[in-house]
Amino acid sequence: MDYVATGSNVKVLAKAIHSLSRIGEELYFEPLDDGLALRTVNSSRSAFACFHLSPLFFQRFHTSPAHRFRCKMPMKSVQAVFKSLASLEKTVEKCRIEWKPADKSQLTFTLHCKHGLLKTHNLSFQDCESLQAVFDKEHCPNVLRAQPRLLVDTVLHFPPSLEEVTVSVSGERMWLKNHVEDESDQSKAMMTELCLSSEEFDHFVVSLQTSITFCLKELRGLLVFAESTGLPISVYFDEPGRPVVLSVSDSVLEANFVLATLSEDSHHNNTKRAPTPPPPDDFMCDDMDSYLIAMETSEIAGPSTEINQPSCSTRAPTMPNLPNHRSLFDNDQEEQQEEEEEYDLERPPNKKFRSLFFGSVLPTPSQVSNQTLQSQDVLASDSEDEKSS
Amino acid sequence: MVTENKPVLVLSGGQGEANRTDSFKWLLKTITALSRGSLSTECSLFLCETSLSAQCPKMPLSTHSQPGDEHYVLVATLDNVRNLSNILKAITFKDHAIFNATQNGLKVTVEDSKCLQANAFIQADIFQEFVIKEDSVGFQINLTVLLDCLTIFGGSTVPGVTTALRMCYSGYGFPLTLFLEEGGVVTVCKINTQEPEEPIDFDFCSTNVTNKVILQSDSLREAFSELDMTSEVLQITMSPSQPFFRLSTFGNSGNAHYDYPKDSDMMELFQCTKTQTNRYKMSLLKPSTKALALSCKVSVRTDSRGFLSLQYLVRNDDGQICFVEYFCSPDEEVDEE
Repeated sequence: MDYVATGSNVKVLAKAIHSLSRIGEELYFEPLDDGLALRTVNSSRSAFACFHLSPLFFQRFHTSPAHRFRCKMPMKSVQAVFKSLASLEKTVEKCRIEWKPADKSQLTFTLHCKHGLLKTHNLSFQDCESLQAVFDKEHCPNVLRAQPRLLVDTVLHFPPSLEEVTVSVSGERMWLKNHVEDESDQSKAMMTELCLSSEEFDHFVVSLQTSITFCLKELRGLLVFAESTGLPISVYFDEPGRPVVLSVSDSVLEANFVLATLSEDSHHNNTKRAPTPPPPDDFMCDDMDSYLIAMETSEIAGPSTEINQPSCSTRAPTMPNLPNHRSLFDNDQEEQQEEEEEYDLERPPNKKFRSLFFGSVLPTPSQVSNQTLQSQDVLASDSEDEKSS
Repeated sequence: MVTENKPVLVLSGGQGEANRTDSFKWLLKTITALSRGSLSTECSLFLCETSLSAQCPKMPLSTHSQPGDEHYVLVATLDNVRNLSNILKAITFKDHAIFNATQNGLKVTVEDSKCLQANAFIQADIFQEFVIKEDSVGFQINLTVLLDCLTIFGGSTVPGVTTALRMCYSGYGFPLTLFLEEGGVVTVCKINTQEPEEPIDFDFCSTNVTNKVILQSDSLREAFSELDMTSEVLQITMSPSQPFFRLSTFGNSGNAHYDYPKDSDMMELFQCTKTQTNRYKMSLLKPSTKALALSCKVSVRTDSRGFLSLQYLVRNDDGQICFVEYFCSPDEEVDEE
């Protein structure tokens, strides 16, 4: 087996490895007929990433069919080969990855650098099974594509320590907000919510208005990679519980980051309700004030609805051990646990955190039952009064 | 032999209002340096005006001999103290250093576990004044304290402003006295000295050298910064044939090799007579990266016993050349080919 990458592709290879390192501790290395697959999975098997490099990515791509092998290596060892990213481009002319049967359990990475310097790393590997997640991008009802800058800038608003984020979509918009696990934490937590219009995306198709929650940290690796290579990011998702796939691709490489999403509890009454519509468009256009009021007083304004809260407020522990996440892997599907606790629908949602949105504070509304549809009517009339013509 | 237990700091301000402000600023810096704990906890502080009163210590603003110098066996002055402090930083991996001054200049030696020795050479002509009254003057001193005193004014924030140094030693039993001056503000430091130990003689002579290469420091710096630190040893292979000059590590994830071909443009000299592979403890060689960082060229030599000599060519602020040398004995389990 003998692969040679040259020029700027060496840096792309290094960046791919660095972004995989944000997800898992081991790098799965599998030569295929149609290229090289570099994969990893996190310890709880709720995040999977794969970089598929086609033979055209390499100056030389020689896989001996007789000696097909799959192996895995500690991620840190491979990262050590590509240590200083900044100088890589200037100093490394060629990167060679080879293996011969005589090498036994060592994969050789050779970097040919300027001034004749040769860096050789013989990394020990272990044989392993093929690592593959089950996902289907073709049949996802929701597909978005955006320039990496958009998503990177959006994610900047969330603290680096944030574990989970909730993404909600309607036909025209996408909302992102941070996800808070416990009911008790909600009063102390800072809630951030961002809304992006479909016009900001290169491609925006939403067939299923839904809301999914997944781990943001694991995604950052892909964002960094996409930003540095300038490739647009495509997002494929479905209902809660089904994985979200983020991918970047160009003619010679394809990267897929598959993250499990929090699944909805099937016992909840909420699921019997039709997905609530977002606030009417009138609020969004010019009148920020009316939008704020809409957000603050409406239970179902936008994505900040109960429908997305219940499964989070139950005993599900924080990532990465979310039992509610349907596993990405076939053999784990039977282990998916059912949510037993019932959400108390009579208890009104805690709206204090919503009133902190944009810093405005309104007195906590009186205990309102779930007849929020009626309040929406009231709301509509208010907004009309304030709506600027 | 007992010298004063605590260093003495004498502060004196310059003339006029402006200098008084400078003195104050500098006083704060000094107190900070003291509070770092590296200088003794108790020291006497004297504040006085610059008037040439007899109570004040000699003002070292002039590099000419001062009245009363007669009792010093060594007097060395520098217009820019960094020409000394920078090079000493390259060998500061242990607290104590052995100073040896001769007509040729100053040699400062630091040793570790009898396996590693670092020497810094500052020739007499680097100094603006270098007066020595005996053939050889030697003492042992706390290098960390010395460096703290040499850098007591901190970094120079104004370009062109340097700290001047006058270093005086009265001989056996006396402290090393340093006069440091910047912008009219003077500090006097007296650091106690000890009986100098005899530095190890590695018996490394040019006639025994089997292999020698001279490399530009840039490329070696890169290799050293990437070395796998989980490896206990650094293996150096030098050979007239492939791989010519190779640095190898054996760490947790596997082994790594850095090869420099003999015709590389980073290779200034390549004289290898026979293939030799030697291993050295990584922990011993690690401090040499400081010297590597300062240098522009490095010569790597091994002798028939496998002892390693690293010589670093360092250019100081004024472009003058100084040398730093590291000797390292090979790891015991080595197989010499």
